[in-house]
Order: sequence, then C-alpha cells, then structure tokens
Amino acid sequence: MSAALRRCQLKAWLGIGLTVAVVVAAGAAPWLAPHDPLATDFAASLSPPGSPGHPLGTDQLGRDLLARVLHGARLALFIGVCTVVITAAVGGVLGLVAGFVERWPAALLMRLADVQLSFPFILLAMTINAIVGLGLRNIILSLSAAGWVVYARVVRGEVLSVKQRDFVQAASALGMSRLRVLFRHVLPNVVPSIIVVASLQFSSFIVAEAAISFLGFGVQPPTPAWGSMLSESRDFLYVAWWLAAFPGAALALTALSVNLLGDWLRDTLDPKLRV
Amino acid sequence: MRAYALSRLAQTVLVVFLSLTAVFMMVRLSGDPVLLFMPMDIQAKDVNEFRQRLGFNDPVPVQYARFVAGAVRGDFGESLRYRRDALGLVLERLPATFLLAATSLLLTMCVAVPLGVLSAVHRNTPLDHAGTVVTVLGQATPGFWLGLMLIYVFSVRLRWLPTGGTGGLAHLVMPSIVLAAFFSARIARLTRSAVLDVLGAEYILTARAKGLRETRVIGKHTLRNSAIPIVTLAGLEAGQVLGGAVITETIFAWPGLGRLTVQALLNRDFPIVLAAVFVVSVVYTLINLTVDLLYGWLDPRVRLR
Repeated sequence: MSAALRRCQLKAWLGIGLTVAVVVAAGAAPWLAPHDPLATDFAASLSPPGSPGHPLGTDQLGRDLLARVLHGARLALFIGVCTVVITAAVGGVLGLVAGFVERWPAALLMRLADVQLSFPFILLAMTINAIVGLGLRNIILSLSAAGWVVYARVVRGEVLSVKQRDFVQAASALGMSRLRVLFRHVLPNVVPSIIVVASLQFSSFIVAEAAISFLGFGVQPPTPAWGSMLSESRDFLYVAWWLAAFPGAALALTALSVNLLGDWLRDTLDPKLRV
Repeated sequence: MRAYALSRLAQTVLVVFLSLTAVFMMVRLSGDPVLLFMPMDIQAKDVNEFRQRLGFNDPVPVQYARFVAGAVRGDFGESLRYRRDALGLVLERLPATFLLAATSLLLTMCVAVPLGVLSAVHRNTPLDHAGTVVTVLGQATPGFWLGLMLIYVFSVRLRWLPTGGTGGLAHLVMPSIVLAAFFSARIARLTRSAVLDVLGAEYILTARAKGLRETRVIGKHTLRNSAIPIVTLAGLEAGQVLGGAVITETIFAWPGLGRLTVQALLNRDFPIVLAAVFVVSVVYTLINLTVDLLYGWLDPRVRLR
C-alpha cells in the first residue's frame, strides 16, 4: 500500500509543482520574454533554436518563439480560468436548482443537458463559434455554452443525495426557509464536487480552445495563441520543426500539470466521483 | 425488449430533432443569414434577390416549418458551394470516417486493453508504473500536436509515410494512431481499474483455488466481467471520437465527414452543417443503442426493459 501512496504523493507534488511553474511563466511572461511577441524582424526570420537572442528560434516573420509561447500561456490560462468560472457558476446553479426543485422544468432542463452531452464537444463549440463569430470573447462564450452541462449533471446528482441526509431534513424541520437550506446546508456539501469537476475540465477547455483556434475558428493571428501558432506552423513543417514542436509541448505540459492536479484533488476531496 | 427498443427509438428522434432545432435557431438568430451565406463583395440587389429565392424574407416560424418539413424527408437543401444535395454529400463522406474510426477502435482494443490488463495483473511493479506514465502522458497530449509531430518524423524526416490524403494502407497509419491515442489512454486507465475490481472478487479466488491456469483466470473469468465498464466508456466516448475525427481528418486531409463539416463551417455552407449535425446525432445514438444491447450479451443478468 505504501508504494501506491508514495506514487500518489509523487503525482500530487509533480502536479502542484508543474502547475505553479506554468502559472508563474504565464504571469511573468512580459518580464521573462526576451522580446515583444509581436515584434517582427525579417532579417532573423526562421532562425533555429539556440540562435543568439532567440533561445527557441523565430517564426516566418522573425518573431521570437519563446516570447510567443510564454504569452500564449497567458492567453490559454486566461481562457481556461474564464471558461471554468462561467461554466461552474452557470452549471452549478442550474444543477443545484434542478436537484432541489424536482418539478418539470428541472426534468426538462436535464433532458436538454442529455441531448447536448450526446453531441461532440469540439464540434458543438466550433459550430457556435462559426455562427456567432470569431475572437477571444466568443470562444470563451462558445466553450462555456458547450461545457456547463457536466457541472449541472454532477451537481444535480450530488444535491439529490445530500438532500436526503439527516441534517438537511432537520434544518427544514426547524423551519428554515428553502433558500437558506439550499445555500447554507446543501451548497457547501456540493462545493468539493464542483472544484473537482472544474479542475478536471480545465485542461480539456485549454486543449479544446487550442484545437478550435488550430482549425481557424478561435483566436485569430497575430495574437499569440498556441492553437493558431500550431496552425501557422503547418506551412513551415519542412523547414522549421520548432514552430510546431514548442507551442504544442507547452500545451501538453500545461494539460499534464492540470490533469495531475485534478487527479490529486479528486483523490483527496471526492474519490467516488467519475467524470 | 420490444418496448425498450421503441422507447429508445423515440428518444433518438427527440435527440435528433432538438439538435437540429438548436443549430437552425442559432443560424437564423445570429444575424442576417444571407450575409452569412454570401461572399463579402456582393451587391445589394443580388442580396435581396437571393434572400427572396431562399425564402429568408418569410417570418422565422414559417422558415422553421419549411425546414422541418424538408428534414423529415431527408432534404436539407442544396449545398451553397457544391450545388448538390447536402445530405447526399454528407453520406458520401461517411464511409471514410467509419473506416478511420473502426481502425482506431481496433488499434485501441489491441493496445489499450492489454496494457490495462497487464498493469492490473502486475500491480505496483515497474511495468505498472511505466504503463501509468504512458497513459498520463497520452491523456495530456493534444491529438493535433501529435499529428504534426508524426508528420514531421515519419513524412518529412524519414519519408516512410505520406503526409495525408487517401490511397493505400500507408495513408491510414498516422490518422488512426492520432485518433486512437487519446481514446487509448482513457481506456487503458479504466481497464486497469476495472480488472483490479474484478480480481478482488471471490469467484476469481475460487477459479484459482480450482487450479485453473492464470491465463484462463484472466482471459475468461476476469476479462468478460470487466468488459462492462470498458464498453460503457467506449460508447460514451463515441461522440468525442467523432469530435476527434474532425481534427484528425483536417490535419491529414482525410476526406471524411469531419473535414467536410469544418470546410462547410469555414465556407458558411449551412445546409451541409445541418445535414452533418443530423448524421452525427443519428450515428451517436445508434452507437449507444448498440452498447446497451451489448450489455445483455456480456452480462446475462442485465435485462433490458
């Protein structure tokens, strides 16, 4: 058992350490980056990694790749945080109400959620983006519109079981208003599930955003987003491997660290939860 | 059994109907559809004529009724780009996507399930640790990046495989690996925990006590009993596999449903988008129906009602 426990702790520390590193890199990007991510320098275009002044090389316009990858981290984390907060708030409240009220509007809402879940997440977010328009704000909105369902389902399930517990019954019996019971007694008991779902969803939102930008529906160039950088890199794959390698590696590293953190949060807060 | 099949059929119809309605409404309520459909440099007179011809001057409920009436007959209108029946175009691309999905499913079953079983049987050995590292890394690696890196290594550097398109088996190798990668990581993790659950059961102890060989204990008694959660996840993930196909097909220029949909979205060719939404939701619900029917075969205790 101790071997398993040690492995668990190793994963947890790795997850926390990597996440902190990514957050620091993103937060300090303007100071860490050797250049402006948008500054072009045609004389130095497509320099390989290790060129003087450009540790990761430059792209076709001579922009510094390290600066772009670091600023890309800012954008990815910003989109991830915004989407997770919006989906957790919207999905959480809807799930809370759907679990507590149990009248027909709630049942209808959950059926709609089932329908939405049956549709591929990426395709849904991409379709919304193609229709409402491209850009940073719209990609956050489309990812949120596609992602709230998971919270609603999980929270509703939790509320249905917490509601039956003795302390909730006792609070109602004591004459507490329904709203007060909901927010004082039920909500605190479903918060751990919300946190776990949020941490597990975070990396899928970041990867989905990159995928959508990669396909051309998300954040548009020249903004340094990992997805659109990878999309541009396809034209230069024969001459400049670094343009594809580093933004993707940064994305994978971010996803990895948040996944490890999420696994650890689930193991400590809510081991039974399946997302 | 019959009542069950009928209620599932009703659910399928509901899912398909709601998905189509949602996409239709989004298209119609998000501004002037004609301007969405048309190129930027069009004259005002042409816009109006086009609007009249496609019936966009009618009230939205009338347009919706017309859309539903067409959709019931499988008529989603004509593709604005290809000038052909939209549903026909989508169905034409379906076999390519099925071929890709089936190959990667086969790959997943041949790699991920044995990996998960080996990890569970040799729990807490270096083999298990290596398996965990591979699956955790696999889960974090975005498919489109993996695709680009494979193209770089095997097409640009080694020149072993074509960068994309269709043709022989060689064209199928990289797309199916990319599509299988993410899926495999999850299946391997789930297989490991499902097998571990079953290995703790008393009938496994009995089987071992009877003196059965270990290969038989694992191959017959354990695998079949741990199949249910694996099949469930495979069914639930089917939709995400279709989503993954969108990206994989775009990277490798694979002429399937996903690539057609992406191009249709980029070209604002909404009849094709609606037809694709229709086909994707029908396929997804059919896959889940198949999964439910598989339960009864895997575990005779499950009776479908």
